[in-house]
Amino acid sequence: MSDSKVVDARDTFCPGPLMELITHMKQAEVGETIELLSTDEGSGNDVPEWVNKVGHELINSEKIDGVWHITIRKAK
Amino acid sequence: MRILIVGGGTGGTILANNLARRLSSEIRGRKVKITMLSASDKHMYQPGLLYVAFGQMTPDQLYRDQQSLLEPGVDFYVDPVAEFQLDHNKVVTKSGKTCEYDMLVIATGSRIVPEQIPGMTEGADTFYSEAGAVKMFKRLREIEEGTIAIAVGVPHKCPIAPVELVFSLHDYFTAKGIRDKVKIKYHYPIGRIHTIANVATWAKPEFDRMGIEYETLFNVKEVDPENKVVRSEEGTETEYDMLIAIPPHAGMEVIENSNLGTGGWIPTDRHRLTMEGYDNVYVLGDTTNLPVSKTGSAAHFEAEVVAENIASIIKIGIPVKDYDGKVYCFIETGHDSATHAMFDYKNPPDLKPSSKPMHWFKMAYNQMYWSSVRGLL
Repeated sequence: MSDSKVVDARDTFCPGPLMELITHMKQAEVGETIELLSTDEGSGNDVPEWVNKVGHELINSEKIDGVWHITIRKAK
Repeated sequence: MRILIVGGGTGGTILANNLARRLSSEIRGRKVKITMLSASDKHMYQPGLLYVAFGQMTPDQLYRDQQSLLEPGVDFYVDPVAEFQLDHNKVVTKSGKTCEYDMLVIATGSRIVPEQIPGMTEGADTFYSEAGAVKMFKRLREIEEGTIAIAVGVPHKCPIAPVELVFSLHDYFTAKGIRDKVKIKYHYPIGRIHTIANVATWAKPEFDRMGIEYETLFNVKEVDPENKVVRSEEGTETEYDMLIAIPPHAGMEVIENSNLGTGGWIPTDRHRLTMEGYDNVYVLGDTTNLPVSKTGSAAHFEAEVVAENIASIIKIGIPVKDYDGKVYCFIETGHDSATHAMFDYKNPPDLKPSSKPMHWFKMAYNQMYWSSVRGLL
């Protein structure tokens, strides 16, 4: 995932990790990947939920040392 | 030492006044010069736009002359920057002047870009501009029945405003005696009704009490003004009689044109508030790419940190303070009650029950802002 753009949304409550991800996904080109870093416990569920509903591609989701690393490819 | 502040909004103005006081002897001794460049000779209290949209304030009440808000030690010019040349420590202004600096603060703010969503400019009302707020109030007065849809673009300034809008609409139509004839449907981009979990948890029973319909995971894809339909990226749609949009925002064009940051947002160190790669360039408020609310409150607290650090660098050679992500928000919960929230990078907001005194305090703050922006509060 070395080519992914990293969005560091650790330790943020507002606008929050998913809102940060949506902002960066809007700026990305189709096919680009973004790795979201989040310390929000809910990101493990709500980010994949949005990615699936909107139709992007979830590449990877794992929690390492209390930080969610979630990689998404923009599909449309 | 030449300090150049670009932008005369909340962050730039508080910073300029704070610095002018901290460095008053250096300014008198001509060792420090503070210059501010802004796009306007007027300063707007932007939170007041919500009141304009409900006929509670008129636009003229939102403005003061920018010069009147500044300490005498600040040289103020209405001449916005057209190009930043950071590698040469200078900017070129719209009038063609070149301005060199030793320390630069960029506080150019953000702008609404409804044109990024097809049909939004034509099909939606908004209170995120003066003209829009006045137009929205005129439209609200005409409504006798039907569906008012609320759609939220990303990113947007003042993340609490969509929730405040819902409370205000409910109170407005209740006072008119037609609340039972007006359906209010709220759409929000993520999987709960506000991005802050505690606010969402607090607001949900309030929405239920008021009979607000809501749909989450709704990112606005397009507005169809002819058929009065708003559609989402997620594949759903809502018919409306009046659509109120929180438009998506972008940074200022000069930021992108000078290649300082994608979308007009400048990569910024979240604690030092310096621009990445430039130790003598600070960034404030909406202009940063920080995962912090785009609010006057964030700009205010950031400005105090930057002012203290620039002054200490001049006096003792090093900065003394880190920004901790602090934000404080009033939350209007209708036309006669409010609550508030404070949070930082480490501590989520802990919402208190809404009350009338907090609303009165917010009303008072609407006037106290002018003391705040002068750096007196």
